[in-house]
Amino acid sequence: MAPFHFKTKLDQPHLLGKKASNLPELLSGIQSVPLASIYHHTHRYLRQHHFLSPEPPNDFGYWITEALNEALLGERISSVDIVHFATLEELRDAFTQILQDHLKATERSPTAPAGQEFHFIAARTYVLATPYVAQTPSELCTLLKQVDISSLHFHIFEARLGLGNKENDFSRWFRELGRTELADKITRLDPYTHTLEGLRNTLVQLVSADEAD
Amino acid sequence: MRQIEDYIPIVGQGTVDELLQLARHLDKKVIVNINSTAVGGGVAEILSRMIPLLNQLGVQSRWDVLKGDEKFFVITKKFHNGLHGVRVEITNDEYEWFIEVNRQNAKNLSFGDIVMVHDPQPIALVEQRATAGGKWVWRCHIDFSDPDQKIWSFLEQYVNQYGSAVFSAPAFARQLSIPQILVPPSIDPLSDKNKELPESTIDEVFARFKIDRSRPIVTQISRFDYLKDPLGVIRAFKLAKKHVDLQLVLAGGGATDDPEGPVIMQQVQEEASSDRDIFALFLPPASDIEINALQRGSTIVLQKSLKEGFGLTVSEAMWKGKPTIASAVGGIPLQITHKYSGILTHSIEGTAYWIKQLINESEYAKRLGANGKQHIRQNFLITRHLKDYLLLFISLFHEGNIVYL
Repeated sequence: MAPFHFKTKLDQPHLLGKKASNLPELLSGIQSVPLASIYHHTHRYLRQHHFLSPEPPNDFGYWITEALNEALLGERISSVDIVHFATLEELRDAFTQILQDHLKATERSPTAPAGQEFHFIAARTYVLATPYVAQTPSELCTLLKQVDISSLHFHIFEARLGLGNKENDFSRWFRELGRTELADKITRLDPYTHTLEGLRNTLVQLVSADEAD
Repeated sequence: MRQIEDYIPIVGQGTVDELLQLARHLDKKVIVNINSTAVGGGVAEILSRMIPLLNQLGVQSRWDVLKGDEKFFVITKKFHNGLHGVRVEITNDEYEWFIEVNRQNAKNLSFGDIVMVHDPQPIALVEQRATAGGKWVWRCHIDFSDPDQKIWSFLEQYVNQYGSAVFSAPAFARQLSIPQILVPPSIDPLSDKNKELPESTIDEVFARFKIDRSRPIVTQISRFDYLKDPLGVIRAFKLAKKHVDLQLVLAGGGATDDPEGPVIMQQVQEEASSDRDIFALFLPPASDIEINALQRGSTIVLQKSLKEGFGLTVSEAMWKGKPTIASAVGGIPLQITHKYSGILTHSIEGTAYWIKQLINESEYAKRLGANGKQHIRQNFLITRHLKDYLLLFISLFHEGNIVYL
């Protein structure tokens, strides 16, 4: 059985020098920035605000609501169910579609107050090894309680949308071990509706319960 | 001297281990920082804290200072004002002298594997890049959101010769041909301005200024200048005080280079003399413990600026667990997520409204303060700044969006 090597990740934000003051500019930016920027603006909050509950929405939704004062559209963008998208390109298309539909349906064109423009950022990701290696599900459960939340973030979020794998690293590992039911349970989780600490606890509970069966 | 281990009780062993792990990737690399002042100002303060910590982590780091005559610094002061949107005239002779001083300095400097040049004053040293070799980074600490175009065009030709540029806030980014990396500034949780204080010290400071700690206190720490809007703070305080018991503390120094400063100070003093609940405290430069105590003893901290660079006083207040209400200007929205880790406002009335809300809803205020403190712990302490610098240095030797170290 291949052991599970816990890795961790660090992000380096790169400023793209592109900004938006209104919805058409936001749409144009979303359509043209690299996918790493779409990933950054939909996952940054999870990393930076992991202690907050409820989680704030993605950057686009937050900006539309707070800077443009467009509550309905902000809510629609914030509610985009990221877990259902297999690729960042599909996620970009979803935001694009909502914004295009909105712009077709209204003539209102709010502008952000000076200084509150949306600035597009793309993160460069650095993956580091950690000393934590699990040989068995029980060891993985123990280490899950110890690793930094960045490690959790890497194996759950980065592994799927960032690196383009079909599912998160924990599900993949359990599937390879033949623990299909547990793998399915972890895949079914919507990690975007948990804080990272909440997610850690849920994972520990799922693996512990499976071990006890 | 502070040791990197001193930060473990604050940020955890894992964070310090991570820094040590990153530092190992810079083994045998020599990093040279160059700025234009050894003491005074934010850049010198940051470097004086960062360089010893980088060396403790095992990264060979050095700090050299550009030497210039009075004429040079008059020119660079004009650059500084022009980059902040003030109209200035710079002659061709002055541009030439600026370049000449940089060239003269280059003869006496030795450059390392990584050369980090801070702000515009030493920017033309990059002319040496081809002969000196190494990786060159321009680190810009100032607000570049609305620069004088002529000065910017002059500087841009140098900026584009660097390997990458580093800015403190997204709004300062420009359309450049080189990568632009975001590295926000940070506060040092062990400095006099931010370290934990015994309750007796806080009591003593409030007693000295005759402020009643048994009643709610809102405080703004900032220079008495127009851009910090102390008169707007007083108006917000008066609106809120119609409905809640409140005292207001305005504390800070004067702005010596602000022509409107004395007028603002006089108006603030007049307002304070007509209301016993307003305390206008003109503090001398070495008042870090007093500022720390005033923030810690306050019920709410305000930063109602009309314009800000990064506005690190907001991080200082949030680090003390204080519910913070601040204007959505400059780098403040990076520090506060509205209604999650603090309150962002746009007007005097909005500020008054939120003062009342937070006084009346103390549980919500407490939660904002707790969230704010965690946000600062993760994102605005010197350890995060160190991590960003280490990643920056490492990044210069790697390609691609995902780097496996």
